[in-house]
Amino acid sequence: MAQVPVTEGVFTWPSETPQLIGSRCVACGNHMFPVQSGCPKCTGEKTEQVLLGRRGTLWTWTVQGFPPKAPPYAGDVDPKTFKAFGVGYVELPGQIKVEARLTEADPEKLKIGMEMEMVIVPLSTDASGNEVVTFAFAPVA
Amino acid sequence: MSTEVAIVGIGMHEFGRTEGVSGMEQGVIAVRRACADAGVKWEDVQFAFGGSAAAGAADTMVSQLGLTGLQFINVANGCATGGSALFSAYNTIRSGVFDLGIAIGFDKHERGAFRVDTRGAGLGNWYGASGLALTTQFFGMKINRYMHEYGISHSTLGKVSEKAFRNGSMNPMAWRRKPISEQEALDSLMLSYPLTQYMFCSPGEGGVALILARADKAHLYTDKPIFLDAAVVRSRRFGSFEVLAPSIALEHNAGPTVDSSKAAFEMAGIGPEDIDIAQLQDTEAGAEVMHMAENGFCEHGEQEFMIQAGDTEIGGKFPVNTDGGCLANGEPIGASGLRQVYENVLQLRGQAGARQVPNDPKVAYTHVYGAPGISGVTILSR
Ligand SMILES: [Zn+2]
Repeated sequence: MAQVPVTEGVFTWPSETPQLIGSRCVACGNHMFPVQSGCPKCTGEKTEQVLLGRRGTLWTWTVQGFPPKAPPYAGDVDPKTFKAFGVGYVELPGQIKVEARLTEADPEKLKIGMEMEMVIVPLSTDASGNEVVTFAFAPVA
Repeated sequence: MSTEVAIVGIGMHEFGRTEGVSGMEQGVIAVRRACADAGVKWEDVQFAFGGSAAAGAADTMVSQLGLTGLQFINVANGCATGGSALFSAYNTIRSGVFDLGIAIGFDKHERGAFRVDTRGAGLGNWYGASGLALTTQFFGMKINRYMHEYGISHSTLGKVSEKAFRNGSMNPMAWRRKPISEQEALDSLMLSYPLTQYMFCSPGEGGVALILARADKAHLYTDKPIFLDAAVVRSRRFGSFEVLAPSIALEHNAGPTVDSSKAAFEMAGIGPEDIDIAQLQDTEAGAEVMHMAENGFCEHGEQEFMIQAGDTEIGGKFPVNTDGGCLANGEPIGASGLRQVYENVLQLRGQAGARQVPNDPKVAYTHVYGAPGISGVTILSR
């Protein structure tokens, strides 16, 4: 089964070491995610594309305990088979905090400050039978 | 010196679920009740600001209320729609353009969590597709971090819900009128850790209308005018942590609640210690806790002791969300902020019935917060 990204331009794919694609303000160095053209910090109008770090620390988290509404959600919304998933902000040193799914959904195993690494996870199957993938962060073993 | 402004009439349509009555019709009923409360005829109303998020353009309600030709301006400002209508009406009178007007908010939402229109919110489709575009997740993550930093307990979250449902049980306009215990709140379905089903408000229905007049003419309509001493709306600044944000800056900045609160106190010329009663945005139990500190009513972490001691109960030192808040009333977005003002007017008039606070309140405070990082505050006095 072929794998396709949920969207182009948000993370590098295909890649052995996928990275999120962000922007950096040319004037003040502020980082943004996803890519945008203007800087909310200094109101600068010029930004450049930058790849974000793959490792960071968990700044906060929750667990999505019920199926999100579809649309917009592309994943499993059947209450019988839906599996809760973690959601958190991961602080990428020197750059930004990014929001992402987490591969861990057990409140006992999620701790603020723990080391996390970016991975790619399956989300759904599209009409052509491709596996749609998105980005997530996993605890570093 | 700008003209002073008073609230001279209030009207509300019951919050909750009203089958067969559109959101707009609920708004119309609220307007008629407000007019009756002030002894004002619709044709006397010189201008209106009104809005809903999901129940249509407010200005079309004139076909039911009467085509009087008044100036009617629609307001659409997310969770601050009602607050923005009030802000606009307030400043229209202050500026001297008109003497008598109305602020209207109403709504009717589908069941279940809010469905976020990611494109309308300026977000890519991938964000919702990936399972991230849920406002509930933000609230879970904000309070989880806050509990970690300031030592707020799960029990305190349960107590906030218990209080909300108890206060709602004394409010005939509320949606949820059955008391629940702290334990029931803690044991209900975990929706977005650490927040359970009974710790979240639900999208709902309802309408509220407020009639405003020049303060020097308020006696024409009421013997209990309530003065609007401040009305402020603020959006977020760089570095704040807001709902529906794919990323946040490393540097931290206080959110729009802190900014709007400070501006409102400055405008009214008083401080948090002068407030007798407050209605604070409680989209979920944790929001009420955090908003107590963000609005300046305590230090971060102090809520743990205040709530455990019962300070925020109707009979406590600092009553909060005396009508049951969003938790017991649900959140019809367009009407929610005006509901808070409605409750404060009742409390300041001494007309809140079974839930009347016993501290003879003279100054009251309202606060709304919502997507995409917006806050509105009012200060009322008698
Ligand atoms: Zn910049």
